[in-house]
Amino acid sequence: MRAGPVELGVAQGGLEVRQFLRSREQVMFTLAFPAIMILVFGSIFKGTIGEGVKFTQYFVTGMIGTGLMTAGFQALAIQIPMERDRGVLKRFLGTPMPKWVYFAGKVLMVGFIALLETVILLAVSSLLFGLKLPDTPAKWLTLMWVSLLGITACTLCGVAFSSVARTGRSAPAVVTPVALILQFISGVFFVFTSLPAWMQNVASLFPLKWLCQGLRSVFLPASFGAHEPGGSFNLPMVGLVLGLWCVLALALCLTTFKWTTKRDG
Amino acid sequence: MDAIRVRGLRKAYGDNVAVGGVDLDVAHGEVFALLGPNGAGKTTTVEILEGYRRRDDGEVSVLGVDPAVAQGRRGTGPVAKRWRERLGIVLQGTGEFDELTVGEVVRHFARFYPGADDPATVIERVGLAEKATARTHTLSGGQKRRLDVALGIIGRPELLFLDEPTTGFDPEARREFWQLIRDLQAGGTTIVLTTHYLEEAEALADRVGVIAKGRLIAVDTPRSLGRRDAALATVSWRTPEGGWERTRSATPTAVVADLAARFAGEVPGLTVTRPTLEDVYLEMIGGAA
Repeated sequence: MRAGPVELGVAQGGLEVRQFLRSREQVMFTLAFPAIMILVFGSIFKGTIGEGVKFTQYFVTGMIGTGLMTAGFQALAIQIPMERDRGVLKRFLGTPMPKWVYFAGKVLMVGFIALLETVILLAVSSLLFGLKLPDTPAKWLTLMWVSLLGITACTLCGVAFSSVARTGRSAPAVVTPVALILQFISGVFFVFTSLPAWMQNVASLFPLKWLCQGLRSVFLPASFGAHEPGGSFNLPMVGLVLGLWCVLALALCLTTFKWTTKRDG
Repeated sequence: MDAIRVRGLRKAYGDNVAVGGVDLDVAHGEVFALLGPNGAGKTTTVEILEGYRRRDDGEVSVLGVDPAVAQGRRGTGPVAKRWRERLGIVLQGTGEFDELTVGEVVRHFARFYPGADDPATVIERVGLAEKATARTHTLSGGQKRRLDVALGIIGRPELLFLDEPTTGFDPEARREFWQLIRDLQAGGTTIVLTTHYLEEAEALADRVGVIAKGRLIAVDTPRSLGRRDAALATVSWRTPEGGWERTRSATPTAVVADLAARFAGEVPGLTVTRPTLEDVYLEMIGGAA
């Protein structure tokens, strides 16, 4: 018997998560990567960035941001063209399945991965490198809305970007440099304000910089806001830019999403 | 009203005319086979009927609905959805849900249809009962194809499209598949089949249509396609000298009787043949090319 809309979306999400969990190497790399990075960086840079705040405290924000971008943007922008090539999308298109169900499945999968990845990262960082977790409900709330808005923007961008690569095979080549460059210019690996001004300006156009900035407001002392480019963490601007990216990417998804390959006409 | 009605269907890709004016009717409950060489416009025609491609011109009605409802923004609407609920589509591609099991995939697709069949029954029907808990990437080519068929029939479609369904089947699996198609037809399902196996078209189809160069050049029963039933029979036999002799005749029985008298008993190496569907088909598309 036909399932109701909610049940259908959840079932699709379950299918996606199951597929993810069953490809072991994907699970290992996706979930462990940010934690491994923090192990590497935490072991190299043992110093502080002032006021007795460890570098790990800064770096963890970049790693959460990167993890969300990888799970949302990079994974989908590569996976969707591959599924398009394999004819998965075409097959769904030929059924009465409402089209949003496909995206709901992806969203649930991304949410699942992002949550798990972030929890592992925070656990490793606090156990091994003495990361200080947020200590007020307000900070947890900020962590939640910034992460949620950030992952939404990344997911929508990933779906929108999935129409850029013409084939599944070319998708990693198209997507990886974009993700990598964004990481370097958005203050993931380096303290953002130590980057050249022009680079900071370019990064300010994209969501990752704002996502990381929002996360810094959670993990760094309030006094560090003074070191940010605008002299504060500027959370309203974080919300605005991430929100705008959601709207822009959603519009692109609705207008440019391709269900079939060019070969299919 | 017919299950499918097509008038003056046209579709071009740039200067390349893929379908150049096709008229076609398929009755309810009929098994219709579409034959034609690769690139003849077969897939384009079928995919227009399935709502996958836009047409340039012509009238098309599939189960009383214009497949254009499935295009663009209307594709997400209730009309397209209700239409899709009545269709089953088996595409050419395979191997798409690598990490899921047969049962999981079939059960999932059952959720899309209001009148879905029981997943376990469908898996049994396509002969995958023993593979129900196997990951789809462990299936053989023929087994993957059976899964495709299972997904095509899970919604109990009124009209089923099968695009080269038995590619990769061994002879036994093909026979089982034919039986499945006959069962579906007995249950009232209309079936449109494209195939490269002419014996398959002959075994299953009530009528066959031959597409060549974007045109439907013949539509008839497999028995009388290309006036095959009226064609001359070929009688061949071995001569006492050890060579072969053959003659074409409208009255092969008389020829055989005459030979029997000449040889005073058994005629060595005697055969009487009529053109096969394949002979007729090859002659047709040869003539159109």
